[in-house]
Amino acid sequence: MEETSHIRETISAVFILAGVIFMVIATIGLLRFPDFYSRMSAITKGATLGLGLIVGGMGIYFNLPDMSLKVTLIICFITITAPVAAHVMARTAVRNKVSFWHKTDLKEFEDYMHEKHLEKLKEQDKESKKA
Amino acid sequence: MTLFQLSLLAAIVVLSLCLVLVAIRFAIGPTLPDRISAFDLFVANVIGIIAIYTAFTGHQDFIDVGIILSLFGFLGSISFAYYIMKTYQ
Repeated sequence: MEETSHIRETISAVFILAGVIFMVIATIGLLRFPDFYSRMSAITKGATLGLGLIVGGMGIYFNLPDMSLKVTLIICFITITAPVAAHVMARTAVRNKVSFWHKTDLKEFEDYMHEKHLEKLKEQDKESKKA
Repeated sequence: MTLFQLSLLAAIVVLSLCLVLVAIRFAIGPTLPDRISAFDLFVANVIGIIAIYTAFTGHQDFIDVGIILSLFGFLGSISFAYYIMKTYQ
């Protein structure tokens, strides 16, 4: 009995420390990256993985059914909501013309916006002809 | 104090330093979306600290706070993004 609890504590400590390392990497990314979009990607991926590892390590330490249920709930919720929140915020930033980094390759994005603009013009043209 | 508790304490200390760094980004962030993403990471860090504190003390009730906080962090960032969308247009 004593032996298994030692093994559990070791595995749990390894998980929690790995998660903390990922959180530190995400925080440094938030502080050091040059523009909003790269900061956004850094914190979304790093914080999701780090938090999942920390909470999972805690669940391993307790080793109880209801605790495992709560841990699964938190991990599922974070995995679903973090990309959604990041997408909404990045979309808002693009709409409000938050500036990109000067080295960002924007060619595809500009082509896409150009096509969208042309489609809008065509639709307006059709409507004006109908009227 | 066992080695396990010592490593948990070190983890809490490192996460607290992370909170300070996030607060710096929150203060200097040039745009409002930067501040919202900093707030997002702030909430994630606090959930991590609560989880480690739960393992540290052995009280299982604290993890409910983490569940509620993960819910409210998502709601907070979504509502702030919606507010910006409505304000600037």
